[in-house]
Amino acid sequence: MDVITRHLGEFGDGLLITVELTLLSLAGALVAGVIVAAMRVSPVAALRAAGTAYVETLQNIPLLVWLVLAVFGLPEIGVMAGLFTTAVIVISLYQGAYMAEAVRSGINAVPVGQGEAARALGLTFTQSLRMVILPQALRTVVQPLGNIAIMTIMNTALAAAVGVVELTAAANRVNLAEAQPIWIFVTAGLLYMALSACAGLTTGALERKLAILR
Amino acid sequence: MIEVRGLNKRFGDSRPTSVHALRDVDLDVAKGEVVVVIGPSGSGKSTLCRCLNRLENPTSGEIRIDGRPLPAEGRELARLRADVGMVFQSFNLFQHKTVLDNLTLAPMKVRGVGRAEAERTAHELLDRVGIGEQAAKLPAQLSGGQQQRAAIARALAMRPKAMLFDEPTSALDPEMVGEVLDVMTSLARDGMTMVVVTHEMGFARKVADRVVFMADGEVVETGTPEAFFDSPATDRARDFLAKVLSH
Ligand SMILES: Nc1ncnc2c1ncn2[C@@H]1O[C@H](COP(=O)(O)OP(=O)(O)OP(=O)(O)O)[C@@H](O)[C@H]1O
Ligand SMILES: [Mg+2]
Repeated sequence: MDVITRHLGEFGDGLLITVELTLLSLAGALVAGVIVAAMRVSPVAALRAAGTAYVETLQNIPLLVWLVLAVFGLPEIGVMAGLFTTAVIVISLYQGAYMAEAVRSGINAVPVGQGEAARALGLTFTQSLRMVILPQALRTVVQPLGNIAIMTIMNTALAAAVGVVELTAAANRVNLAEAQPIWIFVTAGLLYMALSACAGLTTGALERKLAILR
Repeated sequence: MIEVRGLNKRFGDSRPTSVHALRDVDLDVAKGEVVVVIGPSGSGKSTLCRCLNRLENPTSGEIRIDGRPLPAEGRELARLRADVGMVFQSFNLFQHKTVLDNLTLAPMKVRGVGRAEAERTAHELLDRVGIGEQAAKLPAQLSGGQQQRAAIARALAMRPKAMLFDEPTSALDPEMVGEVLDVMTSLARDGMTMVVVTHEMGFARKVADRVVFMADGEVVETGTPEAFFDSPATDRARDFLAKVLSH
């Protein structure tokens, strides 16, 4: 157990970076997801095609490949960003594809009459989406979005592979010094479980609070 | 106010199963006139109603509202729709908003009315349709009849030049039909231009200036309620009336 207490600082720093990566990526993913979902239901064929292409491209290449590509590729095209920032952007865009699919299923679950009533009142397509459809759609997909949030927490571990010292990388560093992999990685694992438990509790609370009476 | 010329609507045009829902429909609705559209199920009544504010895209033909052709899409269309209120069979109140917010949303976002004024108008309209006490409730907390009256008030909040009703009482329990028809009757008395699709023959007889009878996507007969109900000119109208009036 001393291995852990002796390296509390490292674990704490790693955990903090993991939490920051997660929260920033989730915020980014939600924005990307809503925009892409809106594109996929838009009346403009070109936007729909672009939305579909986005989801297909992002989902069909592993996140690790995207991370490595971004870390080495972005400087090539003149974009200089820190490792942490690069990781946040890549994870946001990647998880955004999954968010988009979840949000789109929520949009499809809103009765068509809601959008028709909105447009019949003179709201434009964008206004009806923003003020009538999306608020209802998002409420119905709190649970799937919560699952994506947990998936995002787990996926931040891949940032370790491109040099971001988050929880997994921190554990690895401690292990290099102490050579006690079981204790060290069980601890890291428990911390990840605690984070996803928080996500689960938040999801449950949100779902109860936002449920729409029908 | 509303002019329809040679309106055609085909669903699934390219497929062999395509449905010719409207065939060369002509229709004129004068300002202040109440036109009741009746006809058997599948005759195209809803499709006609929905074409009038372009919730459905006509295949061909011309629709003019107040002398202006109905624009194809975009902001122009949105502006025109704002002038034509629509009431649906299934109410379609915004489920996540209170009754009051249902009434204020479009006036504020489309007309640019301030919140205070929008709420004042909303309360007036809710009082007028008899559900002033329900303003703070969510739609799901209201009875069907109350929801439909709220939906009518929501359409009126835009101060429309004309109102379209697509079977506004068909989804209601029988004891609530009257309260909705009463609201529509008083609207008609106040001079609103109305197109009403309904199976309520009593309402048609009492309130309509003109009855339009549709079958198989065509306007088969049109006339005053007295002429239509007492001496229909076509066999199809006679058959239809025999069926609906027999019980
Ligand atoms: N979205 C659609 N896609 C394909 N066919 C449709 C669609 N909407 C309506 N139709 C068809 O068009 C025809 C006219 O339908 P419409 O709903 O206008 O009839 P209606 O007179 O309103 O009938 P009801 O009294 O049952 O409401 C029907 O044959 C119907 O099946
Ligand atoms: Mg119908």
